[in-house]
Amino acid sequence: MIVRIMGEGQVRLDDGHLTELNKLDDELLAEVEGGDEAGFRRTLAALLDAVHRLGAPLPDDALEPSGLILPSPDATLAEVRDMLDGDGLIPG
Amino acid sequence: MSGVMKRMGMIFRAKANKALDRAEDPRETLDYSYQKQLELLQKVRRGVADVATSRKRLELQLNQLQGQSTKLEDQGRKALALGREDLAREALSRRAALQQQVTDLETQHQTLQGEEEKLTLAAQRLQAKVDAFRTKKETIKATYTAAQAQTRIGEAFSGISEEMGDVGMAIQRAEDKTAQLQARAGAIDELLASGALDDQSGLAKDDIQSELDRLSGGTDVELELQRMKAELAGGSSQQAIEGGTGQGQTGSQPQDTPRFDKQ
Repeated sequence: MIVRIMGEGQVRLDDGHLTELNKLDDELLAEVEGGDEAGFRRTLAALLDAVHRLGAPLPDDALEPSGLILPSPDATLAEVRDMLDGDGLIPG
Repeated sequence: MSGVMKRMGMIFRAKANKALDRAEDPRETLDYSYQKQLELLQKVRRGVADVATSRKRLELQLNQLQGQSTKLEDQGRKALALGREDLAREALSRRAALQQQVTDLETQHQTLQGEEEKLTLAAQRLQAKVDAFRTKKETIKATYTAAQAQTRIGEAFSGISEEMGDVGMAIQRAEDKTAQLQARAGAIDELLASGALDDQSGLAKDDIQSELDRLSGGTDVELELQRMKAELAGGSSQQAIEGGTGQGQTGSQPQDTPRFDKQ
């Protein structure tokens, strides 16, 4: 599974790690929806750390579509909520 | 429930598909129709070749028939000379039958020749059209590529289509790398030539050069010192004049500025 971290690049992850990451990811979504800024920051950092730890970065010139996409480490809760709401990331 | 990762991924993919649908590559379409035109041209040319082959075959047959006809005529003449009128009659009647065939073939030959000319003309016209299309196609493709590159740069700047920009970015990266390498090769050559970049193999030579530079720099300093000393010793009047003009200039400035302020 290829995971893109926005603003950073892509990471190749073994599918076996997905269950572990999904737990954090679901937590993150709950925090986004609940507006828990502190929890969001903590979980996002933990999730990105886990992806870095478990995955291997893809070279910059690799051309592979990402299966999963994560917000950039400095994304705010409001930004992520905007991305997920309504029109999504790209208007139109 | 799907997490942030999955939802963002889904949104990106949905958008990417939309963008791809919208951007049916006109370059491929152009290339495809050019290919089709080439195939058509090939067909017409093959047609011309086929007709030409048939025409040649007919010409050979005609030659043969005419040869036979001449032979029969000769035979008839000989038979008559020998007093064999029956044989002569036989030869001439066969010849008459051959003549009929020759006339038929000649009509066919003419038809084929006309067709061949028409096809050749059509092939030439088609060739010209295909050539014109190819030129136009390349122009359109170049324009499209340029426009696309612009779009990609715009997208990259706004940072919205990180995912979709991947292909473009990879191409751009490759191009940038090439340009960078070329530029670097050129720059290194230039820097080496100008002496700004040390040639690792020529350090000793550079030391000598810098020593020489220092020495010549030293003499320049000495010369400068001497010149200044000479000026101080014999040119005090010159200094006074310079000081005077300097005062005049500073004096005129405050006069100018209030004038601008009033306006």
